[in-house]
Amino acid sequence: MAFVSSETSATHALSASAVKILIAGGFGVGKTTMVGSVSEIRPLRTEEMLTELSSGVDDLSGVEDKTTTTVALDFGRITINPELILYLFGTPGQQRFWFMWDELAYEALGAVVLADTRRLESCFAAVDFFERRKIPFVVAVNCFDNAPLYEVQEVREALSIDNAIPTVLCDVRKRNSSKQVLVTLLEYLIGLAKSATTPTEASSPVQ
Amino acid sequence: MKLENEFWFDEDAGPLVRPYAVARGRTRPTRHNLEMTTLVVAARTDGDVNVDREYAHILRMCQRPLSIAEVSATLNLPLVVVKVLLSDLIDWGLIIFRSPPRTSEVPQMELLQAVLDGIRKL
Ligand SMILES: Nc1nc2c(ncn2[C@@H]2O[C@H](COP(=O)(O)OP(=O)(O)OP(=O)(O)O)[C@@H](O)[C@H]2O)c(=O)[nH]1
Ligand SMILES: [Mg+2]
Repeated sequence: MAFVSSETSATHALSASAVKILIAGGFGVGKTTMVGSVSEIRPLRTEEMLTELSSGVDDLSGVEDKTTTTVALDFGRITINPELILYLFGTPGQQRFWFMWDELAYEALGAVVLADTRRLESCFAAVDFFERRKIPFVVAVNCFDNAPLYEVQEVREALSIDNAIPTVLCDVRKRNSSKQVLVTLLEYLIGLAKSATTPTEASSPVQ
Repeated sequence: MKLENEFWFDEDAGPLVRPYAVARGRTRPTRHNLEMTTLVVAARTDGDVNVDREYAHILRMCQRPLSIAEVSATLNLPLVVVKVLLSDLIDWGLIIFRSPPRTSEVPQMELLQAVLDGIRKL
């Protein structure tokens, strides 16, 4: 293909880069609502065609062969500063193929697992996935009206997650509440990064 | 921008056929390092280039930096198809791209602090 010479036209520079956070949890728990409540754009939807079933995923009963599966996810954007854009990806709740989506988890800063106390078990799979991938996450209990109220500690125990993992209550319909969940996640990530760079007592010489 | 409402395919071809045809069945982008959160921007500020209209549409859309996920969402095409088309444009020098910062390369603390500050300001 031949192109017009570019000598006369101005060029763009690209100094910005993008990071991402995943919002996961069971079906209908409020992932898209959370993305939308903090995003500067109306949530967008993208999809990927997954053609290969990765090994180690044993929960694909009903999938007979290596057919192409389309997985869609919603996402929003927060411009942090002119150099940095944060994308929030809400993983699909209903079908579980997103667990095979390596790129989704790759280099994610961290994740929010949304839990619904009426169906706590629906977020087990997400908790499990992030633990196995060593992606740091916080748990946010989305408080639906008429849902049974639990203490944070009870939720932790039900999900059998470590006490170190922040667990908060939220209402993702409210921007401030969603924002607070993200602040909790970032503070947790910063704490983890600090303890990774500070030599621990165990690794420094005794005495 | 009003690109979202713009219709850019053959009316009789159906919305999905044209771009897939341009991708010519390719499901492996020539660029392997493109990710959902890779940012892309048109290399030049004028859109006056002799390319198929799917490509021209992407170039017009990318007059400001967008993630590949946003391009995919706006075109309503799967990521893999968009990556094929963007790979071509990158190969031709018409799109420049920037990969997400690698956690191993960027001082993680600064990055996380910047994100936290940005969220607090929401
Ligand atoms: N009462 C109440 N309703 C909520 C709350 N959060 C979300 N909803 C509603 O619950 C429904 C599901 O919310 P979504 O945000 O679509 O949930 P999702 O997790 O994205 O759902 P899937 O993507 O289908 O798994 C919507 O009708 C929301 O308005 C909440 O905190 N309280
Ligand atoms: Mg959703």
